[in-house]
Amino acid sequence: MFKEDKLNEIKKERQRWEEETLPKFKNRDAKFVTVSSKPIKPLYTPEDIENLDYQEDLSFPAEYPYTRGVQGNMYRGRLWTMRQFAGFGTAKQTNERYKYLLKHGQTGLSVAFDMPTIMGYDSDHPRSVGEVGRCGVAIDSLADMEVLFDGIPLEKVTTSMTINAPAAILWCMYIATAEKQGVPSTQIGGTIQNDILKEYIAQKSWIFPPKPSMRLITDIFKYACEHVPRWNTVSISGYHIREAGSTAAQELAFTLADGFAYVEAGMNAGLDVDQFAPRLSFFFNAHIDFFEEIAKYRAARRIWARKMKEKYGAKDPRSLLMRFHTQTAGCSLTAQQPENNIVRTAFEALSAVLGGTQSLHTNSMDEVLALPSEKAVRIALRTQQLIAHETGVPNTIDPLAGSYFVEALTDELEREAEEYFRRVDELGGVLEAIDQGFFQYEIADAAYRYQKEIEENERIIVGVNDFVIEEPLEVELLKIDPETEREQARHLKELRENRDNEKVQKLLAEMQEAAKGEDNLIPYILEAVKAYATEGEIIGAFKEVFGEYKEQPIF
Amino acid sequence: MNIVEGLIKGDRRALARAISLVENEDSSKNEILKGVYTHTGKAYIIGFTGSPGSGKSSLVDKLVSVIRREGLTVGIVAIDPTSPFTGGAILGDRIRMQEHTEDKDVFIRSMGTRGSLGGLSRATKDAVQLLDAFGKDIVIIETVGVGQSEVDVVKNADTTVVVLTPASGDSVQTIKAGIMEIANIFVVNKSDLPNADRTRTEINLMLDLDNKKKEWRPPIISTISLTSEGIEELWEELKKHRQFLEEGDRLAAIRRERVKREIVDYMEHIIKSRLWEKISGTTLFEKTIEKISQRDLDPISGAEKVLERVNLDNHEFPE
Amino acid sequence: MSKERKIRVLVAKPGLDGHDRGAKVVARALRDAGMEVVYTGLHQTPEQVVEAAIQEDVDVLGLSILSGAHMTLFPRVKELLEENNAGDILLIGGGIIPEEDMEELKEKGYAQALFTPGIPTDEIVEWIRNAMESKTSSA
Ligand SMILES: Nc1nc2c(ncn2[C@@H]2O[C@H](COP(=O)(O)OP(=O)(O)O)[C@@H](O)[C@H]2O)c(=O)[nH]1
Ligand SMILES: [Mg+2]
Repeated sequence: MFKEDKLNEIKKERQRWEEETLPKFKNRDAKFVTVSSKPIKPLYTPEDIENLDYQEDLSFPAEYPYTRGVQGNMYRGRLWTMRQFAGFGTAKQTNERYKYLLKHGQTGLSVAFDMPTIMGYDSDHPRSVGEVGRCGVAIDSLADMEVLFDGIPLEKVTTSMTINAPAAILWCMYIATAEKQGVPSTQIGGTIQNDILKEYIAQKSWIFPPKPSMRLITDIFKYACEHVPRWNTVSISGYHIREAGSTAAQELAFTLADGFAYVEAGMNAGLDVDQFAPRLSFFFNAHIDFFEEIAKYRAARRIWARKMKEKYGAKDPRSLLMRFHTQTAGCSLTAQQPENNIVRTAFEALSAVLGGTQSLHTNSMDEVLALPSEKAVRIALRTQQLIAHETGVPNTIDPLAGSYFVEALTDELEREAEEYFRRVDELGGVLEAIDQGFFQYEIADAAYRYQKEIEENERIIVGVNDFVIEEPLEVELLKIDPETEREQARHLKELRENRDNEKVQKLLAEMQEAAKGEDNLIPYILEAVKAYATEGEIIGAFKEVFGEYKEQPIF
Repeated sequence: MNIVEGLIKGDRRALARAISLVENEDSSKNEILKGVYTHTGKAYIIGFTGSPGSGKSSLVDKLVSVIRREGLTVGIVAIDPTSPFTGGAILGDRIRMQEHTEDKDVFIRSMGTRGSLGGLSRATKDAVQLLDAFGKDIVIIETVGVGQSEVDVVKNADTTVVVLTPASGDSVQTIKAGIMEIANIFVVNKSDLPNADRTRTEINLMLDLDNKKKEWRPPIISTISLTSEGIEELWEELKKHRQFLEEGDRLAAIRRERVKREIVDYMEHIIKSRLWEKISGTTLFEKTIEKISQRDLDPISGAEKVLERVNLDNHEFPE
Repeated sequence: MSKERKIRVLVAKPGLDGHDRGAKVVARALRDAGMEVVYTGLHQTPEQVVEAAIQEDVDVLGLSILSGAHMTLFPRVKELLEENNAGDILLIGGGIIPEEDMEELKEKGYAQALFTPGIPTDEIVEWIRNAMESKTSSA
């Protein structure tokens, strides 16, 4: 970006400055590193971006390699979507909540499921005790899904479902519900998280081993291409990888590696990359280290575009665009002096906006402790509105481009990610690396190092190891209503009495047979779901064929 | 003795405690081992060895399900490495055996390699004896899967299963010869991965090369422990090997050999500790050391001289 | 002559959620402090946890609970320990637990010690060492 003679001059001057001027100023006693323990220099100059090529590395918004953003006018066109995620209790309770939200102008719904649904257990399973309807809505069968969307026109709303291992089943329930409403599957739209790789790596809500899990995902790709073209089939998530304690570079690298693994799986399953890649989206964490995060988002867009074009031969521009959702870092919040969390979240949200996110969830200050209070939720939303309407930040596109520091950091993160891709390739790919515990070990190590830095006071966390005040932890915990569990159990009992059990058994057996072969499993699941087979029954039938995943003991 | 009685009567807590006491070389160790001995000798002991990550724990987990279907009870000793730097360990083999935790007829015990190699093999043997005395029909040892210590550990087993995988770097050549030779059964686990056939072929070639005439040619079983494929076959082969050993007096001979090793071990151990008791801190011993250090005496003569004055049967030490 | 006795700890993660970051950091710190840590993995029921603690003859049983179910899990685990004649195993825990619940759990003897997030792992190590010392000297 700079002429050579100019650059030489700058270099000479910088050396002189380092020898003559800088030593006159004494540093305070601190480590100058990012939250990911990456060392940061005192000063960045044109030298740090000497190899940056504007057209090749940055270019213009909505143009390759998309470093500066995926929309041509970014937030001057439309602000990011402020999407706060919620769900609780029974399908009926949540349905009422949705109707209320729709009446107040919301157009997109976001479903949080309870842990038993996420892990594939019916509400009356012994393992579900105490967890039914606790952190989300309990869905056991199509009957519950019908209630959840009762009176909600599925051709008009889009629905995002945070569900992974059993995603295929809940997606089929959604398709079947729409069908009952008379809405064909080609007209429904929404997202399933469906990112099983990060479950093995970080979030740990797995059911089956990786291979059959990946098959279910490619079956979804294929089925969606033909029958549900408006559906986002995977939301490739770095959020949970970061929450598990990874560094920014690891979050970036592992998430993208997962993304490429899905692309390869789709291609190996016989699809053309442009058939399914436009329906892949991403989900990142907004942690507290401001510039590192901004650089992370910019690097992510650039790497994705380059790899999709150069390595996977994608031609459709929509396959090259990385669209992503962001959530502020739950793990950065502290139980001590919870009000400070408002400030943390605000910085984090600002980095996500400066990094060009498409949608954003801001955490509530008391989220670390319990169910957020109404006031805390409101402040979290207001934080986004403040950034949107008061700070002036959305006025221009990618405002930090050209900063010596931010560009250098963007490059560095890209390089670190490339290095991780190389190591993953050496291990034989993402699945092999998971099997060998590679990601898990890298993350565990980073988490442990971080913890040690805090304990040794090398890293200050305000209110935790410095600026501490004595105050009792005051939290209001979510009280589970045992009635939800009893009600779900009652529903299940009725369901099992009233449905055609012979048909259910027959369909489950056919599905199992298909699981042993190579047929697309979605039509089989759809049939079983329509006959009111429960989620637990379908998962149970698959477990007999696929086996169950057990974690790697990695510390 | 309380703890022995409890163990024999089937108290799981007593068994667990006894294993700790014995493993920790507690002063009650000998009493416990003496107390249970007459109750041992009934269990059939299977050893699993193979490199870390080859799937030993997963195989054991699945095998136990098959064994339990026949109504046999099972004890497992699963060994994980102790950190040589801190002496601590994280023992994670149970993770793969969760399903059996609530089955009261399966008892799983995790052990760290702790200090010496000899110590580990002794501790394993003792734990196996306690599980045997407790009444387990089958006792399984899962080793760590590295180094020569494996050989010693699985010498405590009646049948040894060596687990290999088709994965790169785990090919037959890389396995220590000593480990290949102790195999009574080979398992090629992870047969869902590519190159499983090649691994089988390599093992077969190696077995063909072995020109010592053997009565038992180790069978090679392909398994996928994720889906339980091949596990029934593994159990059948284990039973066949047991039958083979029980024909004639092969098993008796193996166990006799083991008893011999054991008693020699104990005698050496007893002599060593008695000797130590007698000589440590005595002037004679210290002076001899001094002389040897000054090159006035050589160590061999020194040892002879000290031993001349020590009567190991006599508790009086001649000053 | 008996060797130095190793402290054995079972670190367990009951519940269906996968938040094991804390449990793993603690497990690793205990190992680095020279203890033997049995880790049973995620998604454990109280019955599984207690049975594992018994079979492994641990001195300390540590539960990591972030799901908010501590008021049911601790009493249940304690009850099972006692039913199995293993009430002497020290029961400790960590996770997101409000002050008043902590007081109640400790007062009723459902937990001997509770550690909130942010507490240095050294303190946990210290606590275990001290507790083991007073246990063996009083025994
Ligand atoms: N692909 C495949 N993976 C397996 C198989 N058996 C075990 N594994 C995986 O191999 C890894 C190590 O297994 P583990 O039983 O802990 O091995 P150990 O260290 O020998 O006890 C785990 O990730 C298992 O899921 C198999 O048959 N096929
Ligand atoms: Mg193992």
